[in-house]
Amino acid sequence: METLNRQTANIIVWLLLLAMPFWIKALGGYTELCTQVLVYALAAMALNFLLGFTGVLSFGHAAYFGLGAYGVAMTIKYLVASTPLALLVGIVVGTIAAAIIGWLIVNLRGVYFAMVTIAFGQVFYFITFRWNNVTGGDDGLTGWSRVPIDLGFTRIDILHNPTAFYYVVLAIFAVAVGIMAFLLRSPFGRTLLAIRENERRARFLGIPVERHIWLSFLISCLFVSLAGGLYALLNNFVDPRALRWDMSGNFVIIAVLGGMRSFWGPMIGAAIFVVLQDYVSSMTENWMSFLGLFFVLIVLFFPRGVLGILRRKSLS
Amino acid sequence: MTQLILFDTFNGLIVGAFYALMALGLSLIMNLSGVINFAHGGFLAIGGYLAFTLMPFVGFWGGLVLAPILTAAIGLVVERFLIRPLYGRDPLYSLLLTFGLAYIFEDGTRYIWGAQSLPYQIPTVLSSPLSSQFFFLTGYRLFMVVLVAVAVGALFFILKYTRLGVRIRAGTLDLETVSVLGVNVRILRNLNFGLGIYLAGLAGVLAAGMLGLQPTVGSSLIMPSFVAIIVGGLGSLPGTLLGGLLIGVASGLTTVFFPSATEAVMYIMMGLVLLVRPRGLLGEEGRF
Repeated sequence: METLNRQTANIIVWLLLLAMPFWIKALGGYTELCTQVLVYALAAMALNFLLGFTGVLSFGHAAYFGLGAYGVAMTIKYLVASTPLALLVGIVVGTIAAAIIGWLIVNLRGVYFAMVTIAFGQVFYFITFRWNNVTGGDDGLTGWSRVPIDLGFTRIDILHNPTAFYYVVLAIFAVAVGIMAFLLRSPFGRTLLAIRENERRARFLGIPVERHIWLSFLISCLFVSLAGGLYALLNNFVDPRALRWDMSGNFVIIAVLGGMRSFWGPMIGAAIFVVLQDYVSSMTENWMSFLGLFFVLIVLFFPRGVLGILRRKSLS
Repeated sequence: MTQLILFDTFNGLIVGAFYALMALGLSLIMNLSGVINFAHGGFLAIGGYLAFTLMPFVGFWGGLVLAPILTAAIGLVVERFLIRPLYGRDPLYSLLLTFGLAYIFEDGTRYIWGAQSLPYQIPTVLSSPLSSQFFFLTGYRLFMVVLVAVAVGALFFILKYTRLGVRIRAGTLDLETVSVLGVNVRILRNLNFGLGIYLAGLAGVLAAGMLGLQPTVGSSLIMPSFVAIIVGGLGSLPGTLLGGLLIGVASGLTTVFFPSATEAVMYIMMGLVLLVRPRGLLGEEGRF
């Protein structure tokens, strides 16, 4: 019964995503908004791989998101005009940085781990901020745009056709999410859950806890940098705000809002967050206060997130 | 050149004293309550702006006394109603809450006092240079260093010799036992939070005189304070003090030789510390 429910839920999610560019217009949205939801969802689901399924609190994921974004932007601007290659470079850059930093911090736990990830998150912010002539500094990196994808037999014009771009992003999203789901079901993923539930016991069972957390951090950052790359492509622009601390906070609150104990939770969180951001920023200049209030209210009254509450209701 | 190095070292020391004052408050709160107070920078900004608002009525000295106390009072209220419900839950939640508060404070100060930088008048006694050769050594800078030293000294005195301080230190080690011994832990955490916020408010008033007032003053000072705590060692207040001064002087010196790496240098230091001595310079083994 449970597996049947899960399958139905999966089918519904994918159908909704496939049809999103059509029904969003009826609700007053636009195609780029859908793509934005996908990008944020991918980032938050990747973060949740670490946060919700390994039980490790990282508050610095914007760094890898931003590295992916800058990797893509700088590759297209300075090296080669190819979207897939640029994405690859973005992922590699983000993942290498994560490998090094993860190796430094993997022995730390709890609050300490969170604080070190926050602090390290700012390193790349300052680098992009200060390194004006290459990164464009505070003004961001402009003068480039995403390049149509050439498949040999056909050409996908993702630059001028937002719907085509949406479906390309959806395809990438599907592959990434599929890999994460597969990993979580594998023995490796089960081990991560064991570490989350009881680290000491896992250690006594002979599981190399540090190596598992490091790998989980790496996988999480890999997909976050992919999301960052897509974010740069979506905007045809990237600036240091993509890797500042507030972006890290956004990813965490998206995961919590949707429900960080469930696989699809961050996706729901992303949809709510992106739509609210779009709506509120057009209404008022005080988006920051609103966002802050949003954080406070979620933490005080809604800590389990949407899916957490739904699940609890269905159990009782 | 010597003078330049001297100038930047001294500048770094002042900046480091700020970091240390901020980081000590953060450390106090984190050690006893396990809360990473991301809104600490926001409290700092509130301290500065309150002093600015009070100045026409009570003058510079009155503001210096009153503003940190008022900031601490706000801190007590915030702890009581927003943070207390979160003790015993995953630290994720208190971090997210203070994150949200940081947003509200920054936007709130911008809303009330405006986005542009406000000048903060300091008494002429303090604003003139002490000697023509060491032009950078204004009375205010010297005064700040002295005041920070006094504040830190007072903090360590309170922690070492007063009943409250002893309880805070004991609670840091084993809160449950302290509670069993009949200490009201809720009040203890509340007062401890207020003490930490007082330090932030004091740093805010001092920062206002040195850097002027901007709504973003808090968020620009909070990251170095985290670095100071990590370098100095989590759980150790002397370590936090040392960490703050160290990264301040280090970034001051870097300004002389390689100005664009001013911020990067403290993160390099942090990386090195984590690599060689993960518990931090004066941190205790095995606490985290």
